Amino acid sequence: MEPTLKFFSGFAPNDLWYMGEAALRTLWISVLSISLGTVLGTLFGWMLYEGRRAAALTLAPVLDVFRSVPLIIQLVLFYNFAPIVGLNLDPFASGTVILTVYTAALVANVARGGIEAVGAPMRRAGRSLGLSYWQDLRHVVLPIGGRAVFPSWVGVALGVMKDSALVSVLGYVELLKASQILITRTQEPFLILALAGAFYFALSYPVSRYATYLENRWAQ
Amino acid sequence: MFDYNFHWRPVMKSLPDLLEAAALTLQVAVLAMVLGIVIGLCLALARLHLRGPVYWFATVWVELARNTPALFQLFFFGFGLGAFGLHLSPYLIVLAGLTFNCAGYLAENFRGGFKAVPETQIRASRSLGMTPWQAYSRVVIPQVFRIVYHPITNQMVWAVLMSSLGMLVGFRELSGETQFFASRSFRIFEYFAVTAVIYYAIVKVILLSSRLMAARLFRY
Repeated sequence: MEPTLKFFSGFAPNDLWYMGEAALRTLWISVLSISLGTVLGTLFGWMLYEGRRAAALTLAPVLDVFRSVPLIIQLVLFYNFAPIVGLNLDPFASGTVILTVYTAALVANVARGGIEAVGAPMRRAGRSLGLSYWQDLRHVVLPIGGRAVFPSWVGVALGVMKDSALVSVLGYVELLKASQILITRTQEPFLILALAGAFYFALSYPVSRYATYLENRWAQ
Repeated sequence: MFDYNFHWRPVMKSLPDLLEAAALTLQVAVLAMVLGIVIGLCLALARLHLRGPVYWFATVWVELARNTPALFQLFFFGFGLGAFGLHLSPYLIVLAGLTFNCAGYLAENFRGGFKAVPETQIRASRSLGMTPWQAYSRVVIPQVFRIVYHPITNQMVWAVLMSSLGMLVGFRELSGETQFFASRSFRIFEYFAVTAVIYYAIVKVILLSSRLMAARLFRY
């Protein structure tokens, strides 16, 4: 019998399962906050476009704060601010709220750019064909402006997916946090980090390539 | 709802330390940007003009830097290299991670900049009797610089924001220092609120000085 006591245990197949679960959590929080943030951000973008002076003085500086303060600081701040105003949020909820607002702040600029990309003559033409304001937005601005800024939107979405790793500071066990936990136990940093990195890469690389492909095709 | 007493005094007491840490943040960000610009330029030129292993090395670098989270890259330089017996100090981890990331993103910007200058211009300047070096330094580079000036400014802002990840690898820059003080005094919200303001100010100063410099540089 081996008398030595082993403190660290090697990487077991079970750990792969653990990492898979964590990867799903990364995916879940990203998908949730990207979708919510895109809806909110599009609304903000429309407000920035239509609000002109008023929006430039009120909404724009607020959104600017979320782009000028590190995400990690925003997360810690909000997580510690929520109990002060009597909200009891778990790390997942806090992370989702901040990631959503962060996405919205980034998408707002993209959406405004999209609306601006549709020329005024085109919109006037739509209106004079009898489209209402909302019909014009839905059937003229959305398809044309949406195409113009789709690649930037993909960039924002992928950025948020990667930044979701930061929610680990609040104790939410997503992929990178899970890797860190496993590294501490197994002492096999290279293998585990390579697995985690491969997951992010496999998610991000094809999507960004596809967006570039679409951009080139639409540009013709 | 509001039975929380804000205590700002401990924060104000350690404000000099925080500002000193902010200088460290700025230092590591500027250093990473300088290295990132040099390496990014090499990567961009390698991807444009070379083939074989150098091309692939540059391509792998750029795609890895752009398609994995910055935090993953820091962890890699922190723990991943430990697998090979290479243990970097927190300062070097953050510097290496930021440089790796910035070089990858800047390389793509530079590549776009070089592509935007038509090759006929080089031929034209060559036939005017310029040496290849003159053609590059007097015709191509000034135009490329103009194109990549704003992306470089944006990347500088990102470098400052990204350096906050140093907190998670034990580097005592602005965020790390804040966390140190916050966990000592339990005034987490107050400390991080002040830090957020400092980051905001740094970002605004960078953007403002970049705009002033652009006004001087790019007038005809």
